[in-house]
Amino acid sequence: MKKFLLFLLVPFIALTSTAGGAQLSVAFGNVGKDLDVLKEFFAMFKEKTGHDVNVISMPSSTTDQFGQYKLWLSAKNKGIDIYMLDVIWAPQLASHFVDLSKPAAKLAKLHFPSTINSQKVNGKLVALPYFTDAPMLYYRKDLLTKYNRSVPKTWAEMAETASIIQSAERKAGNSKMWGYVFQGKAYEGLTCDALEWVNSFGGGQIVSPSGEITINNQNAIKALITVKSWVGNISPNGVLSYQEEESRGVWQTGNAVFMRNWPYAYNLSNGADSPVKGKFDVTPLPKGEGPNARSAATLGGWNVGVSKYSKNRDAAVELALFLASPEIQKLNAIKSSHYPTIPSLYEDKDVLEVAPFFSIVKDVLKTSVARPSAPTKRKYNEVSKLFWSASQSVISGKKSATSSLKELESRLKRLKGKGW
Amino acid sequence: MKRASFRNITKGWLLLSPMLIVLGSVAIFPLYRTFLFSFTDAKIDDLINFSFIGFNNYIEKFEGLYYGILADSTWWNAVYNTLFFTVISVTLETILGLIVALCLHRAFKGRGIFRAIMLIPWAIPTVVSAKMWSWMLNDQFGIINDMLLKVGIISESVAWTSNSDTVMWVVIFVDVWKTTPFMALLILAGLQIIPGHIFQAAKVDGISGIRLFFKVILPLLRPTLIVSVVFRALDALRIFDLIYVLTPSNDDTISMSVYARENLFDFDKFGYGSAASTLLFLVICMLTLSYLGFMRLTSEKI
Repeated sequence: MKKFLLFLLVPFIALTSTAGGAQLSVAFGNVGKDLDVLKEFFAMFKEKTGHDVNVISMPSSTTDQFGQYKLWLSAKNKGIDIYMLDVIWAPQLASHFVDLSKPAAKLAKLHFPSTINSQKVNGKLVALPYFTDAPMLYYRKDLLTKYNRSVPKTWAEMAETASIIQSAERKAGNSKMWGYVFQGKAYEGLTCDALEWVNSFGGGQIVSPSGEITINNQNAIKALITVKSWVGNISPNGVLSYQEEESRGVWQTGNAVFMRNWPYAYNLSNGADSPVKGKFDVTPLPKGEGPNARSAATLGGWNVGVSKYSKNRDAAVELALFLASPEIQKLNAIKSSHYPTIPSLYEDKDVLEVAPFFSIVKDVLKTSVARPSAPTKRKYNEVSKLFWSASQSVISGKKSATSSLKELESRLKRLKGKGW
Repeated sequence: MKRASFRNITKGWLLLSPMLIVLGSVAIFPLYRTFLFSFTDAKIDDLINFSFIGFNNYIEKFEGLYYGILADSTWWNAVYNTLFFTVISVTLETILGLIVALCLHRAFKGRGIFRAIMLIPWAIPTVVSAKMWSWMLNDQFGIINDMLLKVGIISESVAWTSNSDTVMWVVIFVDVWKTTPFMALLILAGLQIIPGHIFQAAKVDGISGIRLFFKVILPLLRPTLIVSVVFRALDALRIFDLIYVLTPSNDDTISMSVYARENLFDFDKFGYGSAASTLLFLVICMLTLSYLGFMRLTSEKI
């Protein structure tokens, strides 16, 4: 009962203890230990400026998170000063955010020009980079050595190695061993995964930068058929309901040979209590087959935007600048293994010490492929949902790749209608 | 005389007005707004600047192809899912609820405690129980798979919430688990207003338990059952939270409400989503009216 009363009191305490600096609220979707790290940064910010920051925790599914943002922004919510924005959201939400190009004029020059440009809509700088993201293939180097397999360069090699190690390990008594885990749940994450498969086989990027619908092609069909052959064999059937954290759950308990995941999983997998600590490494995602095969990594990343409806706009801009500063980017790289967007940090000794894989990041980022959020504009969410649904219906075995992609093409045409 | 009745009428309206104002502002006005938006191309982050586009959200012909909700296979899939879910889950809940109610109607030691325990699933918020079940049904860490594997009913763990053969049944199962207590409670209330002397008379006449149930209890419970089934069916037809939490964005379970929400908020089609909400309202209205009409007809025959 006492606890309950305390719980009721918390909002009042929070309201009354803001003497001094401003009270800022940040909307943030937590993955891994990002939230804990972010809270450390807020403590540093408070020491520096006296402004208090509290976090409004968002669902880990970015699809749900985006829906909530839209509701708040359309209601002109004054309670949230800063929104963490996925790299694809800037074009859709630009009108609700403060233009940061003037306050960040100096700071923006330190970052990758491509990252800054991805957050510019009609010359307005909607958000500042917190970190950039591109997934990698995690592999168990101890198991690869044990079975004398090399690090896979193509999906076919990956599947073969996964299958060999999985059956050998199961025979040896580890009945829960799986070859490969990824994100197969019907949500934005599957769009990222499936875009990589399609693109690595040379199948384009769903909708071309000029707005043409390109998804119904032989390479894309081949890619999806390949993935379908994994599900139930080297990947558990449940992978069709996995987000990032579920795949990491299987991987980090030592029950997967390979995993596709974002860099955040690196530090967590190397944590003191992790059973796979020191037993794994990372490499760029494998290539597909065919003449246009390449390694493809969907470009992700999070950015800080200041709401136009904030009551503490100046303090909020200050916080956004703080979170995009070299100091914080470096700490974030060290603590959460997130890629910085400031080039010089990739040569920083302290960073390389805890995240040696940063030396391959330049290669990974070179292979990055953007989701078609720019050409499809405000219809991107629906494009993405149609794409992930079609992909899931193929890899779950519900529909054939040929008919599913044909249907997807006609649905996208309907959606495009008179134009994106 | 005329004056008095006029005054009475005015007084009546005056007394009714608070309720009418409240109803108007919380029910009729939002409904009217939704209806209005369904004829526009409004976007959720700009509800001031929009233009009227007639019935285009419902159906529209463009370059020889039909567009709009009525031409959208996902919508019809959602309608089918919702009806399937409603018929199966309400039937199961009514039968199970009836059995539970009959058991709890008998006097036995500790009946009060049992009645309280029975209500627990109903008392847990749906979002919490959906999240709870989604963990229990998890293919790698879930307790359900673990138990079934140990007993030997299944040979390898099943991904209940992602396998398209099982996913709808999982939703129905969780809903039955949650809502049977509610049905049992409503039916129990109905049982308890059946006068005790009827049972005594039946006992004196010496009719069997089964005949007693079908010839006496069931007809007397009829009004209660009709009301409970309407309540449940209304609830089931607008099923949202359970599906949204347990199996989000899965076309095998998408219901009419989930479809409407997706278009309203996730996609950039507030007008289109409003049209879906309007259709949802009309479907529920029609089904309820025809169910009640059907019940009235059959009861008159008896």
